[in-house]
Amino acid sequence: MKLVDLERKLIAVARANPPGDSVPPSFERRMMALILKGPVQDLWAGWAKALWFAAAPCVAVMLLCSGWAMVESARHPQPSSVDLAQQLDNTLLAAVDQNAE
Amino acid sequence: MERTEAELIAAVLKGDAASFEPLIEKYSPRVFATARRYARRESEIDDIAQEVWLKAYQKLGSFRGEAPFEHWLMRLAVRTCYDFLRSHQRNREAAFSDLSEAEDDWLERFVQQPGASPEDAEAAQQLVQRLLLNLSPAARLVITLLEIEDRSVKEISQLTGWSAPLVKVRAFRARAEMRKILAKVAKEKYL
Repeated sequence: MKLVDLERKLIAVARANPPGDSVPPSFERRMMALILKGPVQDLWAGWAKALWFAAAPCVAVMLLCSGWAMVESARHPQPSSVDLAQQLDNTLLAAVDQNAE
Repeated sequence: MERTEAELIAAVLKGDAASFEPLIEKYSPRVFATARRYARRESEIDDIAQEVWLKAYQKLGSFRGEAPFEHWLMRLAVRTCYDFLRSHQRNREAAFSDLSEAEDDWLERFVQQPGASPEDAEAAQQLVQRLLLNLSPAARLVITLLEIEDRSVKEISQLTGWSAPLVKVRAFRARAEMRKILAKVAKEKYL
């Protein structure tokens, strides 16, 4: 069997038999009812979209805060004895320390 | 007096949704014919046509009126059909191994006398459907537009939004894909 011939034959078959253009009855009316009803609200899709939109501003705020913190730490260097870890410890344990006193 | 297309479109854009109905009535046959090229069942055809008209209504504001409304609508229809093919590509039917008796007979007759096998036979049309179902979405779209509908590369480029070189590359790959499928049929049936 010659594949090229079969290919040509099948294409000729497809050309010789174009699809019909009949439209189901009252399609226009159904379509207009759909259009006039308006788009269906998909709450989950809306929520996901909102999250995606929120991601960019969040990253921007994070970058701004990081930059600001870096600039501030460069302008006002902390004494070497008080490092960030120590400050974090003090802040987190402040409530415990107060209770102990 | 009957309103022109431009008047109907302007009315829809001003908020008179009912003016869209004559457009649906006029162009639905073309939309359905396009959908039938790519869908397998009547229910899918209906879904595609609905999607096309919903998109047309929602995007009507982007219609500039430089080209006829029909061209704009057909671009939308072809792109919707392509999206449909891509979203349903997992459901692509598998093989030519389960051919019906009539399809087998038609192929047998073609092997013996290629010119004698009728082009209008139901079995031949089913074979074409099988072949198209086995193609990837891009290959199916380009084969349908280029080979079956006999459109030019420029037209396909306008309809699909692909560049002309991309259409040529996809057409080359689509033909290769089609021959690979047919070679598999020949191997399964006649070797």
